[in-house]
Amino acid sequence: MPKVTWILKDGKEITADVPVGHNLMEAAVAKNVPNVIGECGGCLSCATCHVYVDPAWYAKTGAPDDMESDMLEITVAERKPTSRLSCQIKAVPELDGLILRVPYI
Amino acid sequence: MSDPIVIVGAGQAGVALAAKLRALGHAGRLILIGDEKVPPYQRPPLSKKYVSGELDVERLLIRPRDWYAEQNVELRLEERVVALWPREHELTLSDGARLRYRRLALTSGARPRTLPAEIGGALPGVVTIRGLADADAIIPQLKPGMRLVVVGGGYIGLEAAAVTAAKGMQVTVIEAAERILQRVAAAETSAYFRELHRCHGVTIREAAGLERTEGVDGRVASVLLKDGTVLPADLVIVGIGVLPNDDLARAAGLAVENGISVDESGRTSDPDIFAAGDCASFPWQGVRTRLESVQNAIEQAEHAAAAMLGAAAPYNPVPWFWSDQYDVKLQIAGLNRGYDQVVVRPGKRPGSQSVWYYRQGVLIAVDAMNDALAYAFGKKALEGGKTIAPAIAADPTADLKAALG
Ligand SMILES: Cc1cc2nc3c(=O)[nH]c(=O)nc-3n(C[C@H](O)[C@H](O)[C@H](O)COP(=O)(O)OP(=O)(O)OC[C@H]3O[C@@H](n4cnc5c(N)ncnc54)[C@H](O)[C@@H]3O)c2cc1C
Ligand code: FES
Repeated sequence: MPKVTWILKDGKEITADVPVGHNLMEAAVAKNVPNVIGECGGCLSCATCHVYVDPAWYAKTGAPDDMESDMLEITVAERKPTSRLSCQIKAVPELDGLILRVPYI
Repeated sequence: MSDPIVIVGAGQAGVALAAKLRALGHAGRLILIGDEKVPPYQRPPLSKKYVSGELDVERLLIRPRDWYAEQNVELRLEERVVALWPREHELTLSDGARLRYRRLALTSGARPRTLPAEIGGALPGVVTIRGLADADAIIPQLKPGMRLVVVGGGYIGLEAAAVTAAKGMQVTVIEAAERILQRVAAAETSAYFRELHRCHGVTIREAAGLERTEGVDGRVASVLLKDGTVLPADLVIVGIGVLPNDDLARAAGLAVENGISVDESGRTSDPDIFAAGDCASFPWQGVRTRLESVQNAIEQAEHAAAAMLGAAAPYNPVPWFWSDQYDVKLQIAGLNRGYDQVVVRPGKRPGSQSVWYYRQGVLIAVDAMNDALAYAFGKKALEGGKTIAPAIAADPTADLKAALG
């Protein structure tokens, strides 16, 4: 299972082994990662699962598709070049070691 | 001080309320009571992905199972509250035991409206979808080629039609009103979904009154319409709306009006009892309003939690909702109640489109079909109390971001 780390505003880290195929919003909610809320359950309607992908990993997660990119317009925290909605990132073996930063809301 | 806070109804609102109480620092005893088998779960997938088998139960859970112990929330499943005694600050459980509370929250949700038994509503094979148990009972019955009649062309009925048609079933939707989605959307949105379903081989019959369902050998076999048409049916899914679970409150003498009446902070007519979610109606924009959505369940519950701890704040939402049918994602921001003008905005992708609702020139809601940008800017405008003028919304070349300023 790929290991994913969320880094919080205060530097605290939370790491989880995420089953392949699960999305990283549900993985964060399961780990109680603060500020990753996932109100819509991962259906791209709330933008409350916003994360900043560590720039070193962005090539591997890829850029958001059209719909996701549009939804990134209404994130509470500022949109940055590596912003993604984490419900749209699926855990795959290539993402083992992935680092995500959680926006401060 | 030692009596607990008790939450009745372990669903979307109940769990949000418990989480918010803890987040706000409430450290006292907290009990969450629910009558279902499974810890609180998301209902929306029950008429969407869950039916196609893409999600297992664990992935439906709103919080993982160990969350409750971690947060010191006493989750009691398969227990039903059968009576409230506001003066005594007590409630009665189905086994007769009494439980004292200091403050109480009712997050009991809603139940589906059913067809009367006199017209065949109780026949085996005539079903509704509200809970996991309903979905788990229906899914094994779904077989390619089978004939399914969906009664009710609202969002849940249309979603059920979409997932079952995708599984190879022959699906007919009957809607009593002039058009599908009449209660919740403009004719433009109805037309979009009528066409979408037609393209996927689903027959939609509007202005079709249901006379009765008829059984053979103790199971539903057909649906008879008022005009005499007989639709053969192996299964009938009824999606004709829900009724708020307000019976406990009513019996206890609390104010009830289209659900349990609460004030803008979530407090009922009893100062120590609060309510939120599908079961509660609240004053909003001068009208007593009851919303049935995840957004409302969460946000209203969070307001109620704050009020329970003495930090009442008015709940003034920008409602939002979504629906998935085939490859179309519908996103709705706002509430179109009382609209007097509608404009359509073509989207930038094939099949993407948005419908903008105005009341006296003021934007009140947007339905966006595969058009997240329209949804996003519509929602942003509503949150900021701004209007995007109808002429701008209708002009696909106009920049919505610029219009928001
Ligand atoms: C098939 C389906 C699809 C949906 N799709 C969407 C969607 O796409 N988007 C959206 O925003 N919303 C959708 N909804 C609506 C959304 O799920 C509800 O608005 C939301 O679940 C309401 O939360 P709640 O906590 O108020 O009620 P519920 O989630 O219904 O929870 C109430 C709980 O209380 C329990 N209960 C009731 N009375 C008692 C008692 N006396 N004792 C103990 N327990 C009791 C009930 O059994 C239930 O478990 C959908 C609903 C359904 C059924
Ligand atoms: S969880 Fe709602 S957009 Fe990701």
